[in-house]
Amino acid sequence: MGIRLIWKDGTLTGLLSGEIDHHTAKEMREEIDGTVEKMRPERLVLDFSEVQFMDSSGIGLIMGRYKLMQALGGRVVVANMPEKVERIVSLAGLDKLAKVERGVVSHETEE
Amino acid sequence: MKPKNEMRVSFLSCSANEGFARATVAAFLAQEDPTVSELADIKTAVSEAVTNCIVHAYRDTIGIIYITAKLWNDGVVSIKVRDQGCGIEDVEKAMEPMYTTGGDERAGLGFAVMQSFMDEVRVKSNPGKGTSVTLRKRLERRPVANG
Ligand SMILES: Nc1ncnc2c1ncn2[C@@H]1O[C@H](COP(=O)(O)OP(=O)(O)OP(=O)(O)O)[C@@H](O)[C@H]1O
Ligand SMILES: [Mg+2]
Repeated sequence: MGIRLIWKDGTLTGLLSGEIDHHTAKEMREEIDGTVEKMRPERLVLDFSEVQFMDSSGIGLIMGRYKLMQALGGRVVVANMPEKVERIVSLAGLDKLAKVERGVVSHETEE
Repeated sequence: MKPKNEMRVSFLSCSANEGFARATVAAFLAQEDPTVSELADIKTAVSEAVTNCIVHAYRDTIGIIYITAKLWNDGVVSIKVRDQGCGIEDVEKAMEPMYTTGGDERAGLGFAVMQSFMDEVRVKSNPGKGTSVTLRKRLERRPVANG
């Protein structure tokens, strides 16, 4: 449960898992931001395929990373959202802000 | 009218209790055999209301959060989430999508999520005294399988 970060060719992928709420988002945010600031990726992929629950704290998590990546001249891709996550993301209109992709295979790019 | 069943729980406003709160409400509702999607909607709405108590009502302090869940004969569930925190000056404004006093990491979408996932959301607030949010949803009646 939580987050795993995978670095490959200028892309940082955050493989999120379990439940995303205000409590768990804090650790995810700190992990991602620390690595983004160190590695300066061109692309940050947030992979939601293993997320079982998410409330609006997850929207805050995506928006905050979007702002950070924008400030550093990079992009954010939101990938593999389960249907319940997608419902909240579209409520927020975030699908217009960040690029949304399906079928991204970040697990397989792990060392 | 009296509810056919009722549950009350109170706990400290520590963020670790967000998961506890939605899991507890879900466990109580299990006797009504809700669908997976009804349960997901209710858990999300409860998580929003409880998180607001932790993040806003008791911003720089720890207080007590009270939840009362009721099951009614007509298949309606009602869940009241109450705090004795700072209260809300302008409830209508607070409920507008994207309105937040929570800074950069909050989207201002909690009330919008509650409204979209539940049939009804009622907010009562007294500045300086606290807030109560009552969520209601009618569960789909599914035919009981034979045998
Ligand atoms: N229980 C409460 N006590 C005091 N203020 C509250 C309470 N609940 C909500 N508010 C106020 O209403 C605003 C809107 O709440 P809402 O849940 O919609 O968004 P948010 O909590 O700011 O962001 P998000 O829920 O998307 O993380 C909050 O920013 C806060 O000012
Ligand atoms: Mg909120």
